[in-house]
Amino acid sequence: MKIAVCIKRAADMETRFKIAPSGTSVDETGVKFDIADFDGFAVEAALQIKEKEGAGEVTVISLGADAVQETLRKALSMGADKAVHLKADAVPADALAIARVLAAELETGGYDLMLFGRMAIDAANQSVGPMAAELLGVPCVTAASQLTIANGKGTARRELEGASEVLEFPLPAVVTIDEGIARPRLPSLKGIMAAKKKPLEVKPVQAGESRVTVIKMELPPERTGGRIIGEGPDAVPELVRLLQTEAKVL
Amino acid sequence: MTDFYAIDSALSEEERAVRDSVHRFVDERVLPIIGDCYVEGRFPRDIVPELASLGVFGANLPEEYGCAGLNNVSYGLIMQELERGDSGVRSFASVQGALVMYPIFAFGSDEQKRHYLPKMASGEIIGCFGLTEPDYGSNPAGMITMARQQSDGTWILNGAKMWITNGSTAQVAVVWAKTNGDKDDKSIRGFVVPTNSKGFTARDQKGKLSLRASDTSELVFQDVHLPADAILPKSGGLKSPLMCLTQARYGIAWGAIGAAIACFEEATSYAGNRVMFGKPIGGFQLQQARLAEMLTEIVKGQLLTLHLGRLKDAGTMTPQQVSLAKRNNVSVATDIAREARRLLGANGILAEYASMRHMANLESVYTYEGTHDVHTLVLGQAITGLNAFQ
Ligand SMILES: Cc1cc2nc3c(=O)[nH]c(=O)nc-3n(C[C@H](O)[C@H](O)[C@H](O)COP(=O)(O)OP(=O)(O)OC[C@H]3O[C@@H](n4cnc5c(N)ncnc54)[C@H](O)[C@@H]3O)c2cc1C
Repeated sequence: MKIAVCIKRAADMETRFKIAPSGTSVDETGVKFDIADFDGFAVEAALQIKEKEGAGEVTVISLGADAVQETLRKALSMGADKAVHLKADAVPADALAIARVLAAELETGGYDLMLFGRMAIDAANQSVGPMAAELLGVPCVTAASQLTIANGKGTARRELEGASEVLEFPLPAVVTIDEGIARPRLPSLKGIMAAKKKPLEVKPVQAGESRVTVIKMELPPERTGGRIIGEGPDAVPELVRLLQTEAKVL
Repeated sequence: MTDFYAIDSALSEEERAVRDSVHRFVDERVLPIIGDCYVEGRFPRDIVPELASLGVFGANLPEEYGCAGLNNVSYGLIMQELERGDSGVRSFASVQGALVMYPIFAFGSDEQKRHYLPKMASGEIIGCFGLTEPDYGSNPAGMITMARQQSDGTWILNGAKMWITNGSTAQVAVVWAKTNGDKDDKSIRGFVVPTNSKGFTARDQKGKLSLRASDTSELVFQDVHLPADAILPKSGGLKSPLMCLTQARYGIAWGAIGAAIACFEEATSYAGNRVMFGKPIGGFQLQQARLAEMLTEIVKGQLLTLHLGRLKDAGTMTPQQVSLAKRNNVSVATDIAREARRLLGANGILAEYASMRHMANLESVYTYEGTHDVHTLVLGQAITGLNAFQ
């Protein structure tokens, strides 16, 4: 079983962001980067499938500048077997441009299963995986919270607000992974040492024309202080009323 | 994570990856349970297999013995992160790696290394280190524990050790003893003693108000019969256990900064949230001064250990440099923990918060592995060339 996982280097969502003077990107100083959240789940899913099968190979692929090699090595330290760095100056804002580059690489690999995160935690487009599937002409299941492979077929489960759906599909296929699947493992210290010796191939690529441009970024407005409505069970009706009428979240 | 001086930029990718893994482990597996362990006075044994599979034990020893083969800066960062959780957890790892695996690695035979090191890296065998005796603490040269070699080459061990971390948990003890009736410290040798040997007893030391999430025990050896190959063949004189202590103290210098960071971060967050006189207490100059002092000492300590680690990796680190770092970092960490506790007001005395636990723990760290005073005298001798111990 050959599995590919496309991963994006993204800012750790726990860091505080500042917008760069350009107003169209994030100021990266002091920001910690890691495998984008859902992509980490996808790496874990791939490793678990490989372990269950007792054989196979997991390749991680990332598009971007040299810094993505650190992200790839993190996946290698978790247990992926090899990595491909699709080297470009920057990741375009256009999901289709990204999907084209990734699909071209995936096409040459002969993979049985191609995993993506449900969405990149920073861009939140949810489109690169399905677009790549379309370009490759293979079935696509999005936002899988469970995934099993048996007898050359895949079975995936998707959740939506309490309801769920189970799908079956032939391989090769693209699956985008949701967080329910399994927590990404911690790289062990031996894994970190081993990652340095695993193959990491660098392939310069040209991302095609990006038809989407970021014009402006804005931080959400500063949160104002909290309000204490009352204490104990007596305060609940008022809280519910305000959540409905004022905050409009219920 | 507290990194005011962008020290991350002086770490390699691998060093950061190691730190991040252990950091997350401590957040997920140590911090949720450690307050209760401390109150109940028990070491969290459940996490030993997980620490082992993470690769923490003897992490700077070679891969051929099942260890991670990391450099010393990475090893230090592991100690820092573990002690950010609790000094007891870091002590466990220090003893296992620096005080038991290291002497077996440095002074052991090939058979001893092949037998013990992989099993200790995997946590299957837990070790303890017996140097201190009831009447010989700062002055281990005076020890009275004695091993006598029999005509068939086997050994008979008699004596007692006190304050032994992991003493009741361990399957194996590295015991330092004088040999064959010779009272000179040159006769000191190391012995690998299985704790199930006849005549070996370990008793938990009750009533500790510090390092409560750690096993501290008293060991007694009454005619313990050891095979000829129980001796660490390359050990010789007091210098051998002192070499182990240099390894452990190196880790302690890093660890203390971890505890200090935990206290500083707790205090900073508390200062931002606790409102008194209509504003967060962090808005008052007195609390700002507290936090500024804490941060300054943390940054100095971080820079000190990082450079010490680079010297160790280059093979030029001296024991006196380690003394300076242990002495300074533990001392400032103790002060930081106390100031953090005070900033937290009444909440600061609760086990729910970490500062007072760290404050109490650090009193042990201040005393063990050479007391603060002893390291002062080591430095005094390094400066003046005059030995205050004689
Ligand atoms: C929790 C804990 C765990 C420990 N774990 C271990 C372990 O695993 N293995 C092990 O072998 N030991 C262990 N120890 C023992 C530790 O190393 C000793 O406690 C330490 O060396 C100090 O010895 P002491 O307690 O006998 O103090 P003493 O040597 O009696 O010192 C008492 C006081 O006198 C001061 N003093 C001593 N000599 C001088 C001098 N020449 N000039 C000025 N002042 C001096 C000291 O600084 C101290 O303030 C542990 C201790 C603790 C508290």
